[in-house]
Amino acid sequence: MLLGRVIGTVVPCVVYEGLEGVPMLMVQPLDKQGAPKGGPLVAADSTRMAGPGELVYYEGGREAALALDPWFVPVDHTIIGIVDAGGGRP
Amino acid sequence: MILGRVIGSITSTINHPFYDAKKLMVVERTDAAGVPLTDYLIAIDTVDSGPGDRVLVLDEGNGARQIVGSKDAPVRSVIVGIVDAVSSS
Repeated sequence: MLLGRVIGTVVPCVVYEGLEGVPMLMVQPLDKQGAPKGGPLVAADSTRMAGPGELVYYEGGREAALALDPWFVPVDHTIIGIVDAGGGRP
Repeated sequence: MILGRVIGSITSTINHPFYDAKKLMVVERTDAAGVPLTDYLIAIDTVDSGPGDRVLVLDEGNGARQIVGSKDAPVRSVIVGIVDAVSSS
């Protein structure tokens, strides 16, 4: 998993079956110091509670879809949790 | 598996149900000599590691799910060992 900052929301009008109602958020990946790294990506939100400005950790790849219910859905990044405290090197 | 060093932990109240009461650590990758590389990952800790420890991280989904005892957990990275020494020729 990696750290990211939620920078916006995405509202799709038509989604693949199984993804109805799953929140989609714009996430800016962060490096271990917390600085932005690379371009933003769109992630599904398994917590359903993350919002813009929050520090989150997300999983990529096959495990991203496993975090959702139903799990057999076309998703490649999913937010797993919201960070209260901690992270990498300041 | 990859070599790394624990550089922090993650405290989280709102998370996927599988991650309730799981200890998450931030691990930076290192080379064999212990020199930090740029990338990092967040992994479940199974060996009671702490910040500063050199660790061995399994970064593969099926093996990780086997360790945490679940067939459908959204987990890929697990700390599976604390490293005492590495020798390379």
